Amino acid sequence: MRLLGLYNYWIVVGLMMIGFYTMISRGNLVKKLIGLTVFQTSAMILYISVGKVRGGTAPILLDRADVLYSNPLPSVLILTAIVVGVATLAVGLALVVRIHEAYGTIEEDDIHVQDDAP
Amino acid sequence: METAIDVTLLALLGLTGIALLRVYNLVTAAMLLAIYSLLCASLFTTLDAVDVAFTEAAVGAGVSTVLLLGTLALVGREEKRPLKRQALPLIMVVVTGAALVYGIADIPPFGAPDNPAQQHVAPVYLQESEAATGIPNVVTSVLTSYRGYDTLGEVTVIFTAAVGVLLLLATGRGRGRGPDDG
Repeated sequence: MRLLGLYNYWIVVGLMMIGFYTMISRGNLVKKLIGLTVFQTSAMILYISVGKVRGGTAPILLDRADVLYSNPLPSVLILTAIVVGVATLAVGLALVVRIHEAYGTIEEDDIHVQDDAP
Repeated sequence: METAIDVTLLALLGLTGIALLRVYNLVTAAMLLAIYSLLCASLFTTLDAVDVAFTEAAVGAGVSTVLLLGTLALVGREEKRPLKRQALPLIMVVVTGAALVYGIADIPPFGAPDNPAQQHVAPVYLQESEAATGIPNVVTSVLTSYRGYDTLGEVTVIFTAAVGVLLLLATGRGRGRGPDDG
């Protein structure tokens, strides 16, 4: 029962490993960046899940005293992480466009073949 | 009810993740990623992180998708299928996953109000931030008042990224017109 209560975290592990596997097993550079995004998002879900209080509400203060609020701090961290994540993605995609201009392909093994050719 | 929504959204996220891994058309993958981000935004709403939810909906489902589709228009939309199944990535993922599962098993129960994460500084912000800053939304007051320098650093990161993207793409176009363009 205790392990069932950690359902959010089990899914986080699953998503994180899907992202990780996409990154290291696929040769296409865009697909690798998609894997990176899935990985990042799973870390965000982990943090937000830690901050949730059962029966709580969003941390926007009300005039009543008897309200239970969820933790605001994970939200603050993850807001920063989302924006930094999209900045990383933008630079990564720009690199992909550059690699495509220089090599004519975005498949990792084709790029290695061209690099090894004399 | 809240638990049912949470369970359903997370299950859908898992399915979208598996679908992302299995498709070879990159435009389909970009669309699936947009769906994934939107599901994430819905999940964040049920987990009481509304500010994160609308940022994820705007930035994750919106800006990321536009960037991905723009890139795919330039580099082509089909992914090459792998010739053979490699064992090493799978082994690495299984080992890392096992380590994470081992760690997760010790995490405090989900949603309990007496978790260590809810005990340390969070109550201070919840009780004192409105008197100190005059902003009822605690996430906003922490982000812009208490941690203002962090947010300034974040803006620096975005600026650096924008400069990097512009430099990369500008050099590319200059070279593309050059005589050694194959």
